[in-house]
Amino acid sequence: MVFLYTRRMHNSDPSAAAAVSDPVIRVEALAKEYRVYDKPEGLAASVRSLFHRTSRVVEAVKGVDLTVGRGEFVALLGPNGAGKTTLLKLLSGIITPSRGTARVLGHVPWERADDFRRRFALVMGQRNQLWWDLPAAESFRLHQEIYRIEPSRFERTRDELVDMLGVRRLILQPVRELSLGERMKLELVAALLHEPEVLFLDEPTIGLDVVAQHTIHEFLRGVQSRRRMTVVLTTHYMKDVAALCERVVVITRGDILYDGSLAEIVDRFTTHKIVTLDLDEVPDQATIERFGFPCECRGPQVIMRIDRNRIAEVLPEILGSAGVRDVSVEDVPLEEIVAELFRSDARDAAASAGAAS
Amino acid sequence: MSDAVARPAAAFQGLRTWWTMLKISLEERLVYRGDFALGTLMRFLPIVTQVFLWTAVFGATSRADIGGYTRNDIVAYYLLTMVTRAFSSMPGLAGGIARSVRDGSVKKFLVQPVDYVSFLLAARVAHKLVYYAVAVLPFAGVFFLCRGYFPPVPDATTIAAFLASLVLSFLLGFFMEATLGMLGFWFMEVSSIVFGYMLVQYLLSGHMFPIDLLAGVPTGVAGVSLADVVRWLPFEYTAYFSSAVWLGKVRGAELVRSLAIEAAWVVVMAVACRIAWRRGTRRYSAFGG
Repeated sequence: MVFLYTRRMHNSDPSAAAAVSDPVIRVEALAKEYRVYDKPEGLAASVRSLFHRTSRVVEAVKGVDLTVGRGEFVALLGPNGAGKTTLLKLLSGIITPSRGTARVLGHVPWERADDFRRRFALVMGQRNQLWWDLPAAESFRLHQEIYRIEPSRFERTRDELVDMLGVRRLILQPVRELSLGERMKLELVAALLHEPEVLFLDEPTIGLDVVAQHTIHEFLRGVQSRRRMTVVLTTHYMKDVAALCERVVVITRGDILYDGSLAEIVDRFTTHKIVTLDLDEVPDQATIERFGFPCECRGPQVIMRIDRNRIAEVLPEILGSAGVRDVSVEDVPLEEIVAELFRSDARDAAASAGAAS
Repeated sequence: MSDAVARPAAAFQGLRTWWTMLKISLEERLVYRGDFALGTLMRFLPIVTQVFLWTAVFGATSRADIGGYTRNDIVAYYLLTMVTRAFSSMPGLAGGIARSVRDGSVKKFLVQPVDYVSFLLAARVAHKLVYYAVAVLPFAGVFFLCRGYFPPVPDATTIAAFLASLVLSFLLGFFMEATLGMLGFWFMEVSSIVFGYMLVQYLLSGHMFPIDLLAGVPTGVAGVSLADVVRWLPFEYTAYFSSAVWLGKVRGAELVRSLAIEAAWVVVMAVACRIAWRRGTRRYSAFGG
């Protein structure tokens, strides 16, 4: 089952239907295996391994099916080593798969046709496309040539992007003098100058402060909706996902565990809500026990996890009890839901491994 | 658009891209110009040792020349190889390519529509141009001081052949080292391979002594000396050949033949470099990236 859940589906835009029927990424049974060599500990073992190496095959991506429509903003989530980055590398043509097929913008990515390469961009966290010792403006100029961007169009796009991120005064400064956040912003500008139809982002906000993260969110959202660009990003920050992506693909151990809307994840995988009470005074043990739910107390504040289905029933009762000054009801934080999703998958894996042996 | 129209247009575009890469590399190189100024002067120091050594050698023998070289010829020869080496040596090229493979920055050239080898060539031309701009003064100074060692300035044809050999030696050095660097796709570390290459290069390029001195060394095959073998290898074209041309040691048909051999090696190494890049990236893509 493939979800084609785009931001646009929520609009009354008549072109929305066309957007869904216009897949730009189509992946079938895509798999990538690596042979890794075990390097045993100790000198004697190291010498032995010169003659005889033990190796095993690691399946980084195992038979993934995925279709992404034009204008979608998709997040790839998963624990470290789940295969997210491998998938991005396959889609951008850096690596060739062991099995399966993929088409991005109608091209087989790993054939690396120039026609294809002019139409997408990849930003990999810290790997810079910018020249370290030169101002970013110079790197931009090189991109203009490489991607054959018409001069007037180049200037317009550059100015627009630079202003959106508020980095105009930085583009004439050598890149090495800039902060991580500033460099990341300029990397994004460099990647978007040729107005790619597809953008792959590998952890775009890693290591950035909250303000920079926010700026980048706003920027990506703005550019994406204006250009109807298709964006696939990997991240560990739920803030990225919540701010940007309607569609979430959860990958663990090289497999797609979940593919659907963010709202649905919250809906399907949360059983509880978080209820926070502000009391008049610090409650004693008896008061807490009377609520009858797992609680955490922070002074006069009580935080409870309450079954979603029972909220309506128990809330009036709680509010009715004496000394409640204020109350808030919230969803379980996204981080927790996803962490639980990863954990439950790991437990399943362990269980099935146990059953098999 | 017909193919006949498309091809020159594409070639023109390619040239423009290359020109931009060159300009940007130039700007980047200018950041490091101070490095060059000091490095250039240091390079002349070994020459002083060579002058002393060969003065001693000639002092110990009654012969006026060794292998056709007088003492003055020898000093002139060493000074001229400095010029040739300034064209053909490629410091950091092989190591840089191998590093880009190891740390993954080579990925950029898989993702962007730009050719890595052309890019490296542009960067290297820029590197050399900046180097010459800085080095021309110390070179001129040393050559002026040592003018007594040189024979009279050769005729225009010889000078033209000399310049052609310098340009070819730049390309030859570039493609040889770039090919070595591409081995980084197969081996984690190429520094020992590069070291081995440097050693062979040092002995067989004429950097250490004029190749003519090998003319008397037998190879086991009757009538074939070591110098005859070396003539067909690429190494001597990165140091010996240009100097020998200037000093009038290679003339006429032999000069033409040698230039042809040098050009052929440039083509062979350029193709080898291209093949290594293709195979290397294929391997890189298959094994991880």
